[in-house]
Amino acid sequence: MTLLDVAGLTIRTGGRDLVSGVSFSVEPGGRLGLIGESGSGKSLTALAVLGLLPPGMTASGAVVLDAPGAGRTDVLGAGERRLNRVRGRAVSAVFQEPLTALDPLMRVGRQVAEPLRRRRGLRGRALRAAVLAALEEVRLADPERVARAYPHEISGGQRQRVAIAMALACDPALLVADEPTTALDVTVQADVLALLDGLVAGRGMALLFISHDLAVVARVTERVVVLRDGRAVESGSVGEVVRAPRHPYTQDLVASARHLDRALDWRTP
Amino acid sequence: MTGPVLEAREVRFAYGRSAPVLDDVSVAVTPGRNLALVGESGAGKTTLLRLLLGLARPTGGAIRYDGRDLAPRDRALMREFRRGVQTVFQDPYSSLDPRQRVSGIVSEPLRSLGLLDGVPRDVARARVAEALRAVGLPEDAAGRYPHEFSGGQRQRIAIARAIACGPRVLLADEPVSALDVSTRVRIVDLLAELRETRGLTVVMVSHDLAVVAALCQEVAVLERGRIVESGETAQVLGSPRHPYTRRLVDSVPRLP
Repeated sequence: MTLLDVAGLTIRTGGRDLVSGVSFSVEPGGRLGLIGESGSGKSLTALAVLGLLPPGMTASGAVVLDAPGAGRTDVLGAGERRLNRVRGRAVSAVFQEPLTALDPLMRVGRQVAEPLRRRRGLRGRALRAAVLAALEEVRLADPERVARAYPHEISGGQRQRVAIAMALACDPALLVADEPTTALDVTVQADVLALLDGLVAGRGMALLFISHDLAVVARVTERVVVLRDGRAVESGSVGEVVRAPRHPYTQDLVASARHLDRALDWRTP
Repeated sequence: MTGPVLEAREVRFAYGRSAPVLDDVSVAVTPGRNLALVGESGAGKTTLLRLLLGLARPTGGAIRYDGRDLAPRDRALMREFRRGVQTVFQDPYSSLDPRQRVSGIVSEPLRSLGLLDGVPRDVARARVAEALRAVGLPEDAAGRYPHEFSGGQRQRIAIARAIACGPRVLLADEPVSALDVSTRVRIVDLLAELRETRGLTVVMVSHDLAVVAALCQEVAVLERGRIVESGETAQVLGSPRHPYTRRLVDSVPRLP
């Protein structure tokens, strides 16, 4: 069974193709990375999977989500009502900038409560307990304090943990993570990657991880698709692609990343 | 051995009466030795860079240029300082005036420092062309506008602007973090080359330790407004002594 099947996805605006004929699939519990530089179409591909393409863009091809309990959904053809039932349960997302993912005027606890109340029908004390449990699950120290805080009162790493807690609230079959650690400090990035890794494994969730950073993608995924100017130029296991890239573009990308990575190989003086 | 060209000596900086952003920080820029200021958000890296650039004044301690304390009233010294210390910012999209041609952008420091007063047009034009050539941009770039260039080329324009007046030190706040990896490598190579060809010493704020290792001979690690470790990059990052530095180095994701 395939959880997510993207076939010949093409995204067009103003007569120009931003994504052309991209195909990939994700099995239940599988982990796929989309790698690309700016303008490669990786984020648009992620938005298409979520049925969240901005107005003015048209998508063709097929994006099919088949999650247990949520049924089979043709994302590109589905109406907003149908998509709203799918989002959260079948698929949910974490984006790069946690500050824009959170409502600045609402306390964190209420924001995490929202999906729990709507999707799981929790109320009152049970809802409160579920909120704290969700915050604890993303390893937030002092969840009571975080729940009472407004987004600007907590750090960027804490905000991203809150965003992850919200994304996981309805136990989605697939988590789409678009550059989730790019805005974070390197030590925080390491913690958040470890957290994502553990949560995805623990829940048997599938992961579609989008990033420009080869090393980060290699840390959390098994297979990768390399995008360039809206086209998939190469795909395979992370190890293969990083160690023996075949397409000239991937070779260039890996060589650049390798060049900087090597600067960190110390011959201890 | 020559003395430091630019130096922060026991610098302290605080906003009003709140806890200091920088406390007892000393760094020295030795000519020819690129220096990186590393640390996490809120560590005070950018504040330190602003002090070194003279955009803010320390609440304690001193910034020294060529062995002399910066003093806004010493106009001769400040002119020398402005000419000797230039800067490049992180975002090449917001740091260039979209309504000016590249020639106007690159010659701006020359004009504001009065270096073009009474200089014939073709000499001024030649200086712009020379700066553009030094950063690897075609000569016809001078007549074009910033929007016609990619992110990496824009950062080259910003570097051309910074080096046009022949500075000794280039202060750069995350100069490559907004760029794609292949472009990033090329800009790092360019900065390394400018050190060789023009004796330009780079002081860089960066969170990217690989870029730091590739470009800078020296590094100072900041944590919550204090320097916890500093010295030769290979020494500090290769065998870190402070637990915070170790954590920083261990957190860098590496290629398999």
